[in-house]
Amino acid sequence: MKPFEYRAPQSLAEAVALLDEGGLRVRPMAGGTDLLVQLRAGRIAFDRVVDIKRIPETTRLEYDPGEGLTVGAAVTCCRLYEDWVVQALYPALADAVSLIGSVAVQGRATVGGNVCNAAPSGDSLPALNILGASCRVIGPAGGRTVPIGEFCTGPGTNALKRGELLVSLLIPPPRPNSGARYLRFIPRSEMDIAVVGVGASIELSDDLTTVLAARIALGAVAPTPVLAREAGDFLTGKVPSRDAICLAADLAREAASPITDMRGSLPYRRHLVGVLVKRALQGAIERARKNRREDTKDGI
Amino acid sequence: MGSKVRVEASVNGEKVDFLCDPRQSLLECLRDVLNLTGTKEGCNDGNCGACSVLLNGRLVNACLVLGAEIDGQEVTTVEGLSASGQLHPLQQAFLDNAAIQCGYCTPGMLMAAKALLDRNPDPTEQQIRFWMAGNLCRCTGYDKIVRAVMDAAARLRESRPNRQEGEEAAT
Repeated sequence: MKPFEYRAPQSLAEAVALLDEGGLRVRPMAGGTDLLVQLRAGRIAFDRVVDIKRIPETTRLEYDPGEGLTVGAAVTCCRLYEDWVVQALYPALADAVSLIGSVAVQGRATVGGNVCNAAPSGDSLPALNILGASCRVIGPAGGRTVPIGEFCTGPGTNALKRGELLVSLLIPPPRPNSGARYLRFIPRSEMDIAVVGVGASIELSDDLTTVLAARIALGAVAPTPVLAREAGDFLTGKVPSRDAICLAADLAREAASPITDMRGSLPYRRHLVGVLVKRALQGAIERARKNRREDTKDGI
Repeated sequence: MGSKVRVEASVNGEKVDFLCDPRQSLLECLRDVLNLTGTKEGCNDGNCGACSVLLNGRLVNACLVLGAEIDGQEVTTVEGLSASGQLHPLQQAFLDNAAIQCGYCTPGMLMAAKALLDRNPDPTEQQIRFWMAGNLCRCTGYDKIVRAVMDAAARLRESRPNRQEGEEAAT
């Protein structure tokens, strides 16, 4: 590992100044579970590593019924899936972050890091995609917001410009009668990287008989996560039936452009997309129905 | 560039104050700077769990944390398990159940199990297996390890009979 300087700023302004210093190769670090492995393997080298875990804005996890959920870029996977608001209102996000690595990795790894790392198989990406998340970024020129679908630009590359930092993710509040689910396929039961990952969200009418909106996102089947827009749009206005789900799954298979590698062949991955889209949609519909029942119970 | 970092932290309840290279992992700092060699290096990339320690009560791989990151934090290693010359119930249960073959994964297994039992005093076998999926035993002695954790959990519950109902932590 090449020598580097370690800095742990306590404010965003200080962090941006450290990230933007001319001539230096600088990288922010959140949990470090990907970064330290890449540094140690010599795949990357930096003059300075900026630890963002001591900045209030990056460690915040807050829910506002109007705005939604703010997830600081340094919030760990464990903190997310242990949070009762996340469990109750964003279970698809809990699905995804509880699948990343071991418990020990989840205690350190962050969803912000998973997003910035931009691995095609990153489990949080399809989940954030179906939930309509946006990325709050700060840099030398000030703040900007990037939709999650535009944040990953290729395997391991993202939309951040020099000196910029992902501060937090904002996930809108869930719509009434909606549900979402993230599923992935791995050949073992734990501790692996997705062969295919699928997120699905669905919003139903008040009487639960009609789909008002659906979103389906696919991971590990293209250089960046894919939003299967046609598959989701197809369901709009339909009865959430088995037939409709199967047809949406067929459309989602067409949206995937997987490669063959050691984790799976192209035809196998395309097949898995179909299977997982059906299961994720069924899971999302079940959750939407459950939410409806709970709303009725509370007399809302 | 690359100048030494001063770190003040609490390790096993004792204040420590040391200098480290920014590149040094918590694992290297524990073993090479603080001479706490109970924590083992296996894969050095977060796959095997041999270097499991608690950081502010949270299970982490010491190889995936920089020494510099623990400034102001609390670390517990396997050396911090026993108190006043008595083995921790987990250590005793590992001995009694012969849950140790070569022993290399044992410190990490103990720390992972402690983190689990701190949260869930009565885990099922399946919960133990999922929780400890990040701790590899190359001797493949998993069954005895799982039995030892269940045994230790039972012993710990018996030694805390006054536990209030409804106090159980979620996993």
